[in-house]
This record gives sequence, C-alpha cells and structure tokens, in this order.
Amino acid sequence: MKNEVLEVAVWRGDTQGETQTFEVPRKPSQTVLDVITYIQRELDPTLSYRFACRVGVCGSCAMVVNGVARWTCRTHVSKVVDKAGRLEVLPLRNLPVIKDLVTDMAEFFNKWTKARGYFSGDQTRHDDFATVRPDSPHRLEVDRAIECIGCGVCYSSCDVVSWKPDYLGPAALNRAWALVNDERDQAQSERLAQVLSEAGCTACHTHTSCSKRCPKELAPTSSIAGLKRMVGRAS
Amino acid sequence: MTSGRNQMLWRAQRLSAHVLGLLVLVHLVLMVIAVQGGLTAAEILSRTQGAIGWLLFYSSFVILVSAHAPIGVKNILQEQFGWRHSTASRLSILYGLALVVLGLRACWAVFTGGQL
Repeated sequence: MKNEVLEVAVWRGDTQGETQTFEVPRKPSQTVLDVITYIQRELDPTLSYRFACRVGVCGSCAMVVNGVARWTCRTHVSKVVDKAGRLEVLPLRNLPVIKDLVTDMAEFFNKWTKARGYFSGDQTRHDDFATVRPDSPHRLEVDRAIECIGCGVCYSSCDVVSWKPDYLGPAALNRAWALVNDERDQAQSERLAQVLSEAGCTACHTHTSCSKRCPKELAPTSSIAGLKRMVGRAS
Repeated sequence: MTSGRNQMLWRAQRLSAHVLGLLVLVHLVLMVIAVQGGLTAAEILSRTQGAIGWLLFYSSFVILVSAHAPIGVKNILQEQFGWRHSTASRLSILYGLALVVLGLRACWAVFTGGQL
C-alpha cells in the first residue's frame, strides 16, 4: 500500500449538499463499505448510509464510488482508489437523496410494479405443480434474468433514466422480460401494454451501461432487446 | 405523445435502420469497387446518368434517411436538451423535409447529369 491514509470525500446533505473529506487509515483487504463504516463509527456518527449483509447478497450498500455505481461491500479500496489515495463516495444517481448516502428507492420499485414486474398466476394451492422444462428456451431466458436483487446499480448507471425520468429503467424491464418468459403467468397483455408505452423498452438507446455495471453480471440490455423483438413481432 | 404514435415512430426508425444497414453495405462495396477500378468522378457520373436502377436505389436511401434521422434528432432534442415535444417534433419534421428535398434533388442531378 502506497498511502497509509485515504482521503475520502463523502456526500453530505440531501439532493442539495456537498462532499466532506475524511482521512481514514488504510488497511489490507479493506472494502469501501469498511471505509464508510469507519467514518461513521470513529469520525462522524451523523453520517447516514445503508447496508445489511456485507457480503453481496442484499444489494443495499450500492453507492457511486469514484464515478461508478458499485456494491461497496464487494469493492476493494485497492481496485478503485486513485494514485493520490483518494476516494469519492456519492449516493446512487437518478434517485432522490434522503440523507448523505441514503437514497429513496420508492420510485425504483414503483417502476417494477408499473412494468407489471410481479407474477400473476391462475392456479391455487390445490392444483398440481406446473411442469416447466429447465432446458426449454423460455426457461433459459428466465434463468438469464432472474437473479436480479434490485440493488439499483443499473438504474443509477442508466443515462436514459437521467434524461427521461419516466423511463421504467433496466431493472424493471429485465424483470418484465423474466415474466414474459414465464409460461405460467396470466398477465402478459397488461405487461405488454406497459412495455410498449413511451416509458418502456422503446426508450432504451442500448448504451449497455446497465449490463456493464451489473454486479450480478446480468444483461438487462439483452432482456430489453428481447422485449424490443417482441414488440416488433406484435406489430 | 400518445403510446400508439410513440410505437409507430419507434417501429419506423427500427425498420428503416434495418433496410439502411443493407443499403449502406451495398453503397460501401460499390465505392470500394469503383475506386479500385480507377474510375474518376466524371466517369462514375457518366455511368449513373440515365441508370434508373441507381436512381431508385439512392432515392430509397434518401427517403429512408429522411424518415430515420429526424426521429433520432427529435429524441436527442428532447432528452439531451430538454426541448418540449411539440417544438422538437416541428424542428425534426423540418429537418426531415430538408433531407428529402435536398437528397432527391441530388439523386435527380446524378441521374440527369446535373440538369434539374
């Protein structure tokens, strides 16, 4: 380690605010979440941030680190720190800031609902299990999209969301694509109406930032392309 | 903008992009062949004069570009510059009209040897 002390600029305030710089001791195998936790516990207990699992399962600790949205718990300082030993940690883009590094995720999840990103079946507990072949083309499409944990990294990285706030965004459309391919789902026409709307897949410009930044290495761009093909066929 | 109109524009842009991709490929191959053969601009023009096939080919090119580009320009004006939908639409329609008039005029000039 070249620098024994990290210079960490952290966003303070809500939508209006500025960064505050802290000096944090550099340690081996230190993650960005370790750094933020050190600041809150040792330097300024008023700092607000969000985390839960610390091991890349929950997705709640996503922030913008040196310009790129990431899970802070899975980001080693050594991978992102600049040559001068500086880090800049900001809240996720494209979401209202509640305080410091905590964003309001309500609109992000509301868009999942708008995209009909939830399962609508017609079976009851008394019916037999649906049989879905694991190697069927539709099930394989579901496999490629299903592992999203809703961390908001793709949404924060999407330029179209910045320009067009109504755009449903990559996570909601990725979820819609998973459900389009769920042969048990009964709400396909309602979902198609949302996917076809001006805020739906036709707004995507295929910048692929969502796929590049997804910590789960999913490809929302590919899911949106699938929706676009479906829209084309629906004409 | 209504959802139906949005879908129509999106489909028009996507379809025109598919066809334009093919036409651009033909155009590039043609250019490479023409240059390798050592043809001058005057010799190329002498071959295009009266060639109804090339007139139709490049007129299609112009018409598709005139549909494709203004839709993209409208999106850029709205998304990048925050223009209102109505203003962006009007300007992009004017842009499309300019493209189609200037483009078809150029095709006709190449077909007739410069006589408009």
